[in-house]
Amino acid sequence: MENPYLPYPVRIDEITTETEDKNLKTFKLVFINPEDEEKFSYIPGQFAELSVAGKGEVPIGIASSPTEKGYLKFTINRVGLVTKHLHNMKEGDVMGIRGPLGNSYPWDEMEGKNVVIIGGGFAFTTLRSSIVYMIQPENRKKFKDISVVYGARTPGLLLYRYELDQWEQRDDIKMHITVDGTDDPDWKYNVGFVPTVTEQKITSAENAIALVCGPPIMIKFTQPVLEKLGFPSERIILSLEMRMKCGIGICGRCNIGDQYVCKDGPVFSLAQLKELPNEY
Amino acid sequence: MVTKIFTKEEWVRALKGAKDDYRIYLPVKHKDFHAFELLSDETAPDFEFQNTRLSPKSLIFPQSERMFEYSLDEKDGEAHIVKETPKDFYPQAVVGIRPCDAHALQLVNVNFDNPQYKDPWWVKRLESTILVGLGCNEPCSTCFCTSVGGGPFSERGLDVILHDLEDVFLVKPITQKGETFINKLGQGRMADDTLSDKAEAKARSSLEKVTSSIPTGKLRDKVVTELFEAPFWEEVAFACINCGTCTYLCPTCWCFDIQDEVLGKEGDRIRNWDSCMSPLFTLEGSGHNPRSEKCQRVRQRFMHKLKYYVDKYEDGVQCSGCGRCVRYCPVNIDIRHVAKLMNDFAQ
Ligand SMILES: Cc1cc2nc3c(=O)[nH]c(=O)nc-3n(C[C@H](O)[C@H](O)[C@H](O)COP(=O)(O)OP(=O)(O)OC[C@H]3O[C@@H](n4cnc5c(N)ncnc54)[C@H](O)[C@@H]3O)c2cc1C
Ligand code: SF4
Ligand code: SF4
Ligand code: FES
Repeated sequence: MENPYLPYPVRIDEITTETEDKNLKTFKLVFINPEDEEKFSYIPGQFAELSVAGKGEVPIGIASSPTEKGYLKFTINRVGLVTKHLHNMKEGDVMGIRGPLGNSYPWDEMEGKNVVIIGGGFAFTTLRSSIVYMIQPENRKKFKDISVVYGARTPGLLLYRYELDQWEQRDDIKMHITVDGTDDPDWKYNVGFVPTVTEQKITSAENAIALVCGPPIMIKFTQPVLEKLGFPSERIILSLEMRMKCGIGICGRCNIGDQYVCKDGPVFSLAQLKELPNEY
Repeated sequence: MVTKIFTKEEWVRALKGAKDDYRIYLPVKHKDFHAFELLSDETAPDFEFQNTRLSPKSLIFPQSERMFEYSLDEKDGEAHIVKETPKDFYPQAVVGIRPCDAHALQLVNVNFDNPQYKDPWWVKRLESTILVGLGCNEPCSTCFCTSVGGGPFSERGLDVILHDLEDVFLVKPITQKGETFINKLGQGRMADDTLSDKAEAKARSSLEKVTSSIPTGKLRDKVVTELFEAPFWEEVAFACINCGTCTYLCPTCWCFDIQDEVLGKEGDRIRNWDSCMSPLFTLEGSGHNPRSEKCQRVRQRFMHKLKYYVDKYEDGVQCSGCGRCVRYCPVNIDIRHVAKLMNDFAQ
């Protein structure tokens, strides 16, 4: 019997500090037993439990794309017990990973549609995974226009700066990077909150589906903008967070009504959420 | 399958004779309560009880269980690699479990053994366990098993059922596993019709002694969001002191926490029973807590048992009617009352 609680051993291959406040680091992990990589076959939107012996486990969205072979990437905010410890670990250290867990973005439904990606702050991780996945040449033709609105408080708090600049250069994806404010005279992108920029740059809900990830306040103000544009709640897709332990729908911790965010989610449409108790 | 008769002395002697082949757990009397204990030569089991204070759930799902272990010693080539803690899953028999508590294990089983994931410890331990039930001649005033799909002589989830006929036990195997166990015990004699009829009559009369009930028929059709917003939750939760007794005693509660514990350079990953009555249960690292208030937590407990479970599994409520939470809640919060509020609720 497979033990769904047993992590695969991995080695930290590379650690990149993402933001100027140094609170976010991206960990590139490599499986110690190569055969485990095959078992860990994932799709964008899923997450994993990262395991640190002696400290515990944390659920973290998978930031790499399945099209990137040989490693996994996670971008981790420094918060409490486990994530603080992770931030002090070094390249070469051994840890564990369990998954992939949860559902994913609705890839079948997204095919043939315009995809609007809206992200705020550090909740851009599985959206990065999705973008990398979609712009891969063999996948790109499956989707119509791809637009991205991504914002952070300041330029220094944007994740994946190197890639954002690259994506800006491409003509098969429309980037709308924004910051709440900046005194950088060389800042060449937008200034303004994510909901405002969404209102300005996204002009149609026609055959479109929106993936929205960000802090609660951003989601709260983006939702009416999307609804005004004509997005039905079935085509507004959100990824939720809840405190988790098992990640497989057994420990009873992360329910919203009869749904477990870890197993039935973390991705839900707004339409689905409207039918569940408002408790998250 | 052959139903047998044992005198009570024979029964205990036979069990003692089988204790090398099975770990046998039996009810033992403490001052004012009964608890399941491992049978040894010295054990004096006592079958005169209404129910044990704690159900034997912990024999399948221990209150605290080591899952994994690891070394943190850098000199160890496998340092930081998490490994399964070896376990024996030796055959065990729980003798004297009440039918409601066996039913409860069935209600919990759908959580641990589901189409997508199998909890290996639960599954293996349940497989290696023989449940020998003791039918209830004298149900408590707080028992309401008959309204939630059980009954004082319900065989659901049991391998064997015992009927207490004063000086003898009528021992009736229900599953193959149960029959094998009874055969292993040897002893006993075949039950004759008189005793079988007597057992049946007694079981029938005890059915009428269950006078308490909860209404559940309309729960499935309620709109979950409306029930969630119902006005009665504040009042239901008002007196609750969040002690967690209800979840701790409940044979159908299954929530657990996972923690790492380190001693020197050795560490374990352990799971412990947890309670949705604790505010820490849902507290996130950011400080956000979707159930920071008592009322939200009390609502979660009842909604889980009487609505979410009902919707998810379409097999009734997540409650076996054992009445423990009713008897032991220090402020008399009563699931029978709450079920009625929920079942009768109209928007
Ligand atoms: C599906 C999902 C995806 C996530 N993706 C990311 C991500 O990509 N990057 C990132 O930085 N963070 C992410 N988080 C949040 C991250 O899991 C928490 O910040 C982290 O668990 C905090 O753990 P800690 O030990 O540092 O904090 P502590 O407060 O010390 O937490 C102790 C324990 O509580 C639990 N816990 C606490 N907060 C949360 C929380 N918000 N969500 C779930 N469990 C929690 C964990 O089991 C943790 O081990 C995600 C959460 C979920 C549910
Ligand atoms: S036993 Fe009673 S007081 Fe204690 S947590 Fe449960 S409902 Fe509240
Ligand atoms: S909810 Fe109360 S009556 Fe029902 S099984 Fe649990 S402890 Fe027993
Ligand atoms: S984390 Fe255990 S049920 Fe979701």
